[in-house]
Amino acid sequence: MSQQQGFVMGFVHRRRRGAELFLLVLALAVGIGAYAAVGVGVEGEVPPDIVGYGAGLAALAIAAHVVVRIVAPYADPVLLPVVTALNGLGLAVIHRLDLVYADNPLKPHGLPHKQLTWMTLGVILFIATLVVLRDHRVLTRFTYTSGLGAIVLLLLPLVPGIGDTINGAKIWISVGPFSFQPGEVAKVLLVIAFAGYLVLHRDALALAGRRVAGIDLPRGRDLGPILVMWLISLGILVFQRDLGSSLLFFGLFLVMLYVATERAGWLVVGSLLFLGGALMAYRLFGHVQTRVNIWLDPFHYFNNQNGPDSGQLVESLFGMAWGGLIGRGFGGGSPERVPFAESDFIISAIGEELGLTGVIAVILCYGLIVERALRAALICRDGFGKLLATGLAAVFALQVFVVIGGVTRLIPLTGLTTPFLSYGGSSLVANWVIAALLLRITDQARRPVPDLSSLESDDNADDQATQIVKLGGMSRP
Amino acid sequence: MNKPIRTISIFCLLLFLALMVNATWLQYWKSESYDKDGRNRRVIEAAYSRERGAILVGSKPIAESEPSDDQYDFLRTYPEPFKYANVTGYFSFYDQTGIERSENDVLSGDDDVLFVNKLVDLLSNKSGKGGNVVLTLDPDAQTAAFDALSDLPVDADSGVVQAAVVAIEPSTGRILAMASLPTYDPNKLASHDFSAVKADYDRLQGDPNEPLLNRAIQTTLPPGSTFKLVTASAAIESGKYSYDSEVPGGTTYQLPQTSDSSGEIDNEGRECGSDKISFSQAMENSCNTTFAQLGVELGADALLEQAEKFGFNQHYLDDIGPQAISKFPKDANEPQAGQSAIGQYDVQASPLQMAMVAAGIANQGVVMKPYLVDSIQSPELETLRQTEPEELDRAISSETADQVTQLMVDTVDSGTAAPGGIAGVKVAGKTGTAQSGIDSVPPYAWFVSFAPAQDPEVAVAVVIQKAGIDRGEIAGGTWGGPIAKAVMEAVIK
Repeated sequence: MSQQQGFVMGFVHRRRRGAELFLLVLALAVGIGAYAAVGVGVEGEVPPDIVGYGAGLAALAIAAHVVVRIVAPYADPVLLPVVTALNGLGLAVIHRLDLVYADNPLKPHGLPHKQLTWMTLGVILFIATLVVLRDHRVLTRFTYTSGLGAIVLLLLPLVPGIGDTINGAKIWISVGPFSFQPGEVAKVLLVIAFAGYLVLHRDALALAGRRVAGIDLPRGRDLGPILVMWLISLGILVFQRDLGSSLLFFGLFLVMLYVATERAGWLVVGSLLFLGGALMAYRLFGHVQTRVNIWLDPFHYFNNQNGPDSGQLVESLFGMAWGGLIGRGFGGGSPERVPFAESDFIISAIGEELGLTGVIAVILCYGLIVERALRAALICRDGFGKLLATGLAAVFALQVFVVIGGVTRLIPLTGLTTPFLSYGGSSLVANWVIAALLLRITDQARRPVPDLSSLESDDNADDQATQIVKLGGMSRP
Repeated sequence: MNKPIRTISIFCLLLFLALMVNATWLQYWKSESYDKDGRNRRVIEAAYSRERGAILVGSKPIAESEPSDDQYDFLRTYPEPFKYANVTGYFSFYDQTGIERSENDVLSGDDDVLFVNKLVDLLSNKSGKGGNVVLTLDPDAQTAAFDALSDLPVDADSGVVQAAVVAIEPSTGRILAMASLPTYDPNKLASHDFSAVKADYDRLQGDPNEPLLNRAIQTTLPPGSTFKLVTASAAIESGKYSYDSEVPGGTTYQLPQTSDSSGEIDNEGRECGSDKISFSQAMENSCNTTFAQLGVELGADALLEQAEKFGFNQHYLDDIGPQAISKFPKDANEPQAGQSAIGQYDVQASPLQMAMVAAGIANQGVVMKPYLVDSIQSPELETLRQTEPEELDRAISSETADQVTQLMVDTVDSGTAAPGGIAGVKVAGKTGTAQSGIDSVPPYAWFVSFAPAQDPEVAVAVVIQKAGIDRGEIAGGTWGGPIAKAVMEAVIK
């Protein structure tokens, strides 16, 4: 289908690896510069380990770049630098918070070191994903495995013994000294499972049902998957008290369903289901009501002695307002006043010390990632790749919207990490894998269509061509 | 599948746009109101960890920030706390008053005037230092005023003196002295021991003598006979009278529309003739019967117009607040006009207002807008903003001003205001004794003056609201005169 389209157009994308390297240098300047600025701002001197730190960060980025150059030469040149810049900035902000946490026994310690370890692991998995997964379509083999894996991962925190309740949400598992948020990994698996499932069943789901008020509503029996997903989302909300993940998974599923079937009716049905579920949750669960009430009038609950306290949100608002347009500079604000400034509320720390300028820059970086992912979806030649890229873009956009919107009081606050910025291993590692998947899809999409006529004559045909033949056969239902 | 992907792209774009608009709303439009929220501890803590600018009199700081090694980086100190407390106000964890409040943006370094400094600090990554506020106060005049007030005998019941002095440079409106008693120690309120601050603040708040009040601008009292300057001005402005005219006199005067003793005005034994007397005699002896009759004759509207030209019923002090509005009643009837003309009934004036009356007469009839902040300096002591004198209103013609001045000079030379006289200098002055209207509360003693009469450098108003003075000694400028004299001498030297 779209393979032929690429043929007809005859347009060949340039590799642009040089551009990627140049942007990567800029991204490193952001990360290392921010680290130096933290040292100067908080301690009054450039950190003595700046060279070692910078070299380490550069080594990770360059390693990723070199691997991309070898195994995904046509990959999008913007994604890796943007991701590196965000991760570097996040490390600097976490380092800044760690410096002020050092005097406080109630706050966590040693965060930057751990985060750097996680980042290293993330980059290793990024490289591994790109090296092992030479064609994203291989993932269709794991449609049901991924789906099952996701469900198991989501259920794990509820298992007594390894499940862990942190801040009221049962979304953690602890094995020995490691704690892990399986939802972050589950979200990648879910995207793969949805994409694999939908690309096979899109025709069945798209079959015309009844037409009501100009909208094609799906058939009753096709509602099965959407209802299952709805129940899973509600289950996460009810049993794990995790508003953010529940919203994220259901929203993700809706978007992918809509893209696969090209029918807006699914959006209508899905939105109604979501609204119904949200309303029910609001009626039934105190913690949802509390969140909404705090959202509507945060100052009423500020320093509330008896009952819910909106201190976190209000301090975040105060902090961001205090930052103003250009921010207080690293060390000039008091981001430590906001509980969990290093994870969910890292945007508030950035807003306070780097100002609106910094916040907008971060939002634009996220926007850029989503834009590149959706562009990849548009030019991708296979349906699975399109769905996978759209799903990953949607996960990203929704997560960023839910967490930044919550922290800045655009929508009620729900707990989610800020991709690449927040402290947290599972989130960081999962997002690096997402980045690798996106690079792989863009590489496939931008790669020139191999000349099939030369396939038989040339014994040394590169394996990409071989793969396309092989997978082309496989992806046929 | 490309069509829904495009739709989703637009949806994502909207999500991100919403985030950016909301962030801008929060960090730009709402920023100021959040920063002003009393529960926002960041603002106050930042103020405590930044070097706040100094408040200067001459080149000497009367409020400055000194490095501190406790939980905050700087401690606000006041080297001469009692003398300047009413002007500087205090800078506490909970609140600020006085110049500390009105010039907070400059002192904290947030004012736009310090933009370049802020930028330099930002680029060099220094924590910004606030700008300095240079006051118009003359340290000698302020010291003379404060010392003279402090020398007054204390009231036996309350153990304090309640009094205030304001001195103005007539040609510019610069406030040269502003003293108020009782006073307090702002150092205690600026302490970093917040429980002690709270205790001291509660004590000061609960004190019936109101030490936190800046009586020079925040208290209005009946001005009594000092208001006769306004009445005399209106009379001469009307064209019916001049310095050489004869004015109505008499030992008593029954106000129109009255018949009982409460409507009868007398002169408390001062010599005011029987029918017509000279204008200068009426002023020298502060003849109530004369000025009450002039008031009735001129009418309430003419008096109101004249009073408002001097600043009554107006807000004019922007540098420090809150300024109490001095009042002249509107829609007064005939007998009320007669009482108002001698500064009783509903006439209320602050010491600053009466100093402005004197200054207006001294400045050839032009009342200058009073100001306390001379200039704003950068932390490097370069002047960023200089206050320019501003005309508030022309109260009277220069001819009228000359004649009223002559009346006041006569009053010092051979009348009730003699205690304000300075050897070798022509002084223009007027006393006042205002009935409080309450039997148990003794009258208030006023004294307004300016000197030298022909080329005035300073105009002063003194009010003694409560002190350990016998009722008989309150009148005649016995206590107020020497205070005004001391302040004038300090300026003229």
